Amino acid sequence: MDPLTTDVVEFDLATTDLRRVNAALHTPGGLGSRHVRITHPAGAHAVAAGLDAPLDVVVDGHVGYYAAGMNQQADVTIYGNAGVGVAENMMSGSVWVSGSASQSAGATAHGGLLVIEGDAAARCGISMKGVDIVVGCDVGHMSAFMAQAGTLVVRGDAGEALGDSIYEARLYVRGRVASLGADCVAKPMRAEHHEELARLLKAAGYENDDTASYTRYGSARGLYHFHVDNVGSY
Amino acid sequence: MDTADLRATRGLRESATFDRATIHGIQRAARTGVYHIRGGGAKRAVPHFDDLLFLGASMSRYPLEGYRERCDTDVVLGTRHATFPLHLAIPVTIAGMSFGALSGRAKQALGRGASEAGTSTTTGDGGMTDEERGQSKHLVYQYLPSRYGMNPDHLRQADAIEVVLGQGAKPGGGGMLLGQKITERVASMRTLPVGIDQRSACRHPDWTGPDDLAIKIRELREITDWEKPIYVKVGASRTYYDVKLAVHSGADVVVVDGMQGGTAATQDVFIEHVGIPTLAAIPQAVQALQELGVHRQVQLIVSGGIRTGADVAKALALGADAVAIGTAALIALGDNDPRWEGDYEALGTAAGFYDDYQDGRDPAGITTQDPRLQSRLDPEAASRRLANYLRVMTLEAQTIARACGKSHVQHLEPEDLVALTVEAAAMARVPLAGTSWIPGGEGGF
Repeated sequence: MDPLTTDVVEFDLATTDLRRVNAALHTPGGLGSRHVRITHPAGAHAVAAGLDAPLDVVVDGHVGYYAAGMNQQADVTIYGNAGVGVAENMMSGSVWVSGSASQSAGATAHGGLLVIEGDAAARCGISMKGVDIVVGCDVGHMSAFMAQAGTLVVRGDAGEALGDSIYEARLYVRGRVASLGADCVAKPMRAEHHEELARLLKAAGYENDDTASYTRYGSARGLYHFHVDNVGSY
Repeated sequence: MDTADLRATRGLRESATFDRATIHGIQRAARTGVYHIRGGGAKRAVPHFDDLLFLGASMSRYPLEGYRERCDTDVVLGTRHATFPLHLAIPVTIAGMSFGALSGRAKQALGRGASEAGTSTTTGDGGMTDEERGQSKHLVYQYLPSRYGMNPDHLRQADAIEVVLGQGAKPGGGGMLLGQKITERVASMRTLPVGIDQRSACRHPDWTGPDDLAIKIRELREITDWEKPIYVKVGASRTYYDVKLAVHSGADVVVVDGMQGGTAATQDVFIEHVGIPTLAAIPQAVQALQELGVHRQVQLIVSGGIRTGADVAKALALGADAVAIGTAALIALGDNDPRWEGDYEALGTAAGFYDDYQDGRDPAGITTQDPRLQSRLDPEAASRRLANYLRVMTLEAQTIARACGKSHVQHLEPEDLVALTVEAAAMARVPLAGTSWIPGGEGGF
């Protein structure tokens, strides 16, 4: 992250309407700087949602639902916890949460990097479509449900039904997996997987992790076609 | 002597319970081990707009002169919160149908035809295509549980956003698109492997319930700077409560789709046995809006089995602001055209009966991704047919409205209607013809 500089544009959500703040972030030409700091979010929803410019946005405090939702290009750092759906449907850029995140973190996201230093609750990476997610601690149940593409790295444990009905996303978990969901299986770590995992861990600041301590999970591709013999799996 | 008479002379009597279609269904299930998946909406007979009649004007009401006195048809959608509501020339819109379910040419034709008639089209599962955005003057972008192809750029390019909770053919069900139609382009738009049977989620991945939906809608408004009308679409089931909750969640427009509304692919058992008829849903929706004091401020779009200007007029009279058509629009484009009779027969069906929209072999080139079949649909000619059809529906609705003395089709009201059957009277909450009896009275839900 770039250090804060004197040309940081500040918005105080205690005194400024969120709608005005987001509107300003949507017209970055008028900001006069690419560095933005938002204070006193106090759990507000949709903080810094819909950005589409190479901004550096720092949010000082806890945020509510859909922080940095649908992010494009921007790097958003949240110093605090994040509510439901942080970085949902992100396309590019990065979102960094210093604390923990509630349900559906990174849901349906197509690209970019989401880092959650603490835990992520249930359904982390649900229907993910290409995003890279790195979670510093544990993830809750049904994480990577119907995950289509991208990678989910979990440095801690994963809850029940990890990767249920997964498509082509790749999951790396270092800790214990409570249970695997339908059609999700453990797979061998080949050289390219060690490389990919190392790259993601480095990007998230965890470069000292031993990639050999992780297990890869993915789709057995057994449910890709409707068949009566699979009826017990659904 | 025709076949039926011959059977009668031999004393053959078909069971009402185990009729031939039922027997065929059991045999098919036993043979294949797979439930019956098909397109279209409910085929069973349910109380519908045909069971209503307009009273027209006479001594106590003055009709308007056809072709001389104005009868306007425009409608504005999304006046509650959006900076830029949609102003449509006619109250008949095109319902959401995906590229993937439909060919690119079919989507193009829908866009051209609707734009020519001054109305909107709607995307579907799988995202927005350039063809569709390019051809549609007014384009509604669907926000679906699967979020296939969901792109914030498309949200911003749309003229309105429709948050889809369900559809009339399958309230409570997700989508499906079978492998035959998951071509490279469709797969790439949906981030899926080519040729798989696609499963779509039935619930949104990042919200549950009306309180969450309110926050989700606020996010969509923030992302689009409060410019776009936001619709909420529900399949007709517990319509009274769903509409109230949609309004609570901040919808500008509520779309209610009855069980006759079509689908590209769903289990037959779902289509025929889940949800309620369009006729039963409209009064529930209107009551909910009226009780909240937002009828006409939050607009109501009704779909599911709209075929004629009479259906449009009846839906508006019951309190809708506009209607949406899907199946009828595809028929106007060329679906089930008898000119392809030989091809329909080769598929084991017939023109007028074809509903295998799921299997990608549509002889009319509409519900397919097969380049050879797609080329059968001339988008320009098809769009002209759709525009003609939309104009005819509008003229028909105007004809009825003038006969009832209305200078705008939206001035039609329940008082203009009577019902032909007790069931329709109870559902539509208008009197049985020739009586003042509205069965059901003030009953709840």
